[in-house]
Amino acid sequence: MIKKTDNLNKNKIISRRLFVLVAAKIGLLGIVTSRLYNLQISEKQKYEVLSDKNRIREWKTPPQRGIITDYFNNVIADNQRVYQVHLSLEEVSNFNNSIFKLKNIISLKEDEIKKIYEKKEKSKPWDTLIISENLSWNEFSKLNLYLHELDGAKPVLSTSRYYPYSNDLVHVVGYVGDATTQDIQNKKKIEENFVPGLKVGKIGIENSKDTDLIGNHGTKRYEVNASGKKISEISYNKETQGENLRTTIDLEIQQMAQELLKNQAGSICVMDIYTGEVITMASSPTYDPNKFTHGISTKDWNEIKNNNLRPLLNKSLAGLYSPGSTIKPLVALAALEYGIINTKFKVNCKGHDHPYELYGERYHCWKKNGHGLMSMRNAIKQSCDIYFYEVARLLGVDKLSLIAKRYGLGSKVLEDFFSEEKKGIVPSTKWKKQVLEQPWYLGETVITGIGQGYIQTTPLQLCLMTAQLANGGYKIKPNLIYDKEIDLDTIKSKIESEKNKSVSQNILKDHEFKHYERLYRNPNNLKLVLDAMYGSTNEQFGTSFKSRHKEDKYKFAGKTGTSQVKRITDQDRELDLDLDEIEYKSRDHALFIAFAPYDKPRYSLSVLIEHGGSGSKAAAPLANKLIKKILDRHELREKIRKDLKNIA
Amino acid sequence: MILSTSLNSTSYSFIDKLKAIDYFLIIIVAIIGSMSVFSIYSTESGNFSFYTKNHLTRFLVFFFMFLVLSFVRVSFWYRQAYIFYILGILLLLLVIFFGISASGSKRWINFFIMNLQPSELMKIAIIVCFARYYHRIQSSDIQSYKYLLQPIILLLIPCYLVITQPDLGTAILIAGSGLAIIWLAGLNLKYFIYSGLILLVSLPFVISILKPYQKSRILTFFNPERDPLGAGYQIIQSKIAIGSGGLLGKGFLQGTQSYLEFLPEKHTDFIFTLFSEEFGFFGSMVLILLYALLIYRIIRIGFSSRSFFAKLYCFGFASALFLYIFVNIAMVVGLLPIVGAPLPIMSYGGSSMLSIMLGLGIVMSCKIYSRDSIGN
Repeated sequence: MIKKTDNLNKNKIISRRLFVLVAAKIGLLGIVTSRLYNLQISEKQKYEVLSDKNRIREWKTPPQRGIITDYFNNVIADNQRVYQVHLSLEEVSNFNNSIFKLKNIISLKEDEIKKIYEKKEKSKPWDTLIISENLSWNEFSKLNLYLHELDGAKPVLSTSRYYPYSNDLVHVVGYVGDATTQDIQNKKKIEENFVPGLKVGKIGIENSKDTDLIGNHGTKRYEVNASGKKISEISYNKETQGENLRTTIDLEIQQMAQELLKNQAGSICVMDIYTGEVITMASSPTYDPNKFTHGISTKDWNEIKNNNLRPLLNKSLAGLYSPGSTIKPLVALAALEYGIINTKFKVNCKGHDHPYELYGERYHCWKKNGHGLMSMRNAIKQSCDIYFYEVARLLGVDKLSLIAKRYGLGSKVLEDFFSEEKKGIVPSTKWKKQVLEQPWYLGETVITGIGQGYIQTTPLQLCLMTAQLANGGYKIKPNLIYDKEIDLDTIKSKIESEKNKSVSQNILKDHEFKHYERLYRNPNNLKLVLDAMYGSTNEQFGTSFKSRHKEDKYKFAGKTGTSQVKRITDQDRELDLDLDEIEYKSRDHALFIAFAPYDKPRYSLSVLIEHGGSGSKAAAPLANKLIKKILDRHELREKIRKDLKNIA
Repeated sequence: MILSTSLNSTSYSFIDKLKAIDYFLIIIVAIIGSMSVFSIYSTESGNFSFYTKNHLTRFLVFFFMFLVLSFVRVSFWYRQAYIFYILGILLLLLVIFFGISASGSKRWINFFIMNLQPSELMKIAIIVCFARYYHRIQSSDIQSYKYLLQPIILLLIPCYLVITQPDLGTAILIAGSGLAIIWLAGLNLKYFIYSGLILLVSLPFVISILKPYQKSRILTFFNPERDPLGAGYQIIQSKIAIGSGGLLGKGFLQGTQSYLEFLPEKHTDFIFTLFSEEFGFFGSMVLILLYALLIYRIIRIGFSSRSFFAKLYCFGFASALFLYIFVNIAMVVGLLPIVGAPLPIMSYGGSSMLSIMLGLGIVMSCKIYSRDSIGN
């Protein structure tokens, strides 16, 4: 009986104890349930993202660069298929070993290997290293043969920039190279589309238009497993090619200009005087942009860098030269516009024995025996210095500076398109006070009249100046990339309406001009200057008479210029040495500006030969050849212009 | 005499036995069992291969064993309780000499058809042993030191043997089950409070004897991001898998975390994670509910049993089962540190399946022979 009551007692206890235990279990179950609710309902989004992050990995595919063509659709910057070998670091078991094997297969040089190790230091363990960007077909096929021995090595078919006309356009088109940290920081577009091995524009159009050319990178999303192995492709957002660009350049004329400049340092620029299209912008010597695409070798780089003729300098817009006598039409125009002189004004040039004198300083004409009594037309035609000393003195440097700036000197022709373009110097009394903190001397005005002294211009500025004189005195908008907004007919009709606009006296004051606005007061003044330039080329005693075209359709008007690089001493004048006898660096720069055809002007050009001697001997003959080519291609260009307009 | 024998050994007809079976419990076990087969199938990305085949075979064999054991008279377990316990201890000792090592611990004995993990058997043995022990003790003696010391020693021996394997998880589960029975038997609350305090005081000492990987697991539990690629990896990935499952889950065979092998030990300790990733909060709740029903049925059987041994065993086993389930789920959702503890029936593993089915067999025998009252 005792046992029975005890059993009852025990049963009572166990029931009570069980009740407590069950209550505890329910409590614990509640905790687990609320935890699950928390994870799966409240924070679902967070864990979903984490799960996707786990399983999805993105690979960026490189964008395709846009193609650059000339005006006639000839490709001047192309994308070429290249064979590369990449190394996926994740899959490499022994890096040194892999490199050693690769070295034997694709013949890597010591300095290349050093670069690879440097790159490896900087990359993350899951990065892909580009071992070689440009393999020959032989190396590539050999690589494929030995691929099973090379863990992580991947043969890749890729594209890279190729410039079919290598040397001819480097100063216009520029070149590409690996994006540096700075490139990435400076341009958002590069930052957004950066992939390892991305090439970006370094100079030229490639650099200026990088944002348009670069395109958008693609994104491949893969599902990966815990060890990073690709399981399947989830999506592929295809990369896009950048915008294709049509330049205003005429490849044939450009090539001819480069050929004409061969073995000399210099520049040739050609421009449409209405549309402002830069048809040619040649600079010599040049170099091969293709060498930069996959990183230039030290030897090649030194060769380019140490060349005395400075191939890296784009002389057309970053070379600064005294304009010499090419400034004279502008000086004459300024004097006429301000009414300082009239057409009948004459100055007597009496040769070296009777130089122009001012406050004891003597200023000589280039012609030893003198020109005699010079009118304005003759003074331009025969390029008489004495005449322009006097005109400049009467005009004053400030008025000259105002007109010079108006016609395109002293400011960047292509605005900020090229970072390396220079503004040059158009001096004035104010300029000298501000920059040099010195007063202006009248003697400086006198030499400015013949384009010497402080004045500094680029060949492209001289080309623009000539264009704006030849088109009858209207401001144009120079451009290098084809722009359908710039339409010849629209421009011509604008100019026509400007022609009949009455102008106030204010036009002679400092004034901002809009594009295609008239720049002159009296049209007759311009006519006179242009006519004098015609004389200079087409009449006997004209400085470029020897370079004239006899055929009517090629007739052009020009002005020679010879820009001194150092002051001519009396001794030099006495010696009167031949060009060959003077040290290269001391020889004069030869310049020539022209527009053609004379009766219905359409194109302007400037030629500069560094240390080429006189403009009439070194520069003008090149213009003769080039103008024929330009005019022969005129019809073709106009046809393309119409086609392009119709497409638009 | 006739009367007394009939009292001690009630006779049951076969029909009576069949009627007495708790079919509802069997159905629940069968449902959980099929869910487990599908889950293992999913860990193999939908291939009916090694793990799935093994798991299915084991489940079927042990499920059958459970049904057969149901007909073994409960008094047999009562009589053999200490033998069972001693057998368990012997097997644990065998592990020390002939055990198979895997990933740094020595837990298994090769029995040709399967590798047996004696610590899993010990989980049941301790319950049976304690049930018998307290069945015999008068309620007035329970609080005495003499009768308290014996079960403590009985508990410490297997716990020590298991900890040294090392297998902290199973040791905790064995200790937990034993303590649950001592509690159910009616030991005064103050002893639990005292021993809790002692444990707290000796904690620094316990920590000092822990293996470095165990320490790291505990530290990582408190801050999984401490070592996201090492010790914290499992818990982080498990939480991601469960969390990303959402309300309804990613769907059967669609669990990316497990399919792409982000999930470690997905067959065994982390099977709930996989299940929860594929079937979401809803699926988890269904599974938890099934477990709750199972426990409820076992407790019900305990209540209907006449003998104190059967009662104590059923309540003890129910509590132990709850403990296994709770520790496993709490572990994979990041509420407890990662200690090796499989989820009953669901997890891949023969010994665990064997011990659960054995435990359930004894429960069912308590049901069938519920009218038995076991004497001293």
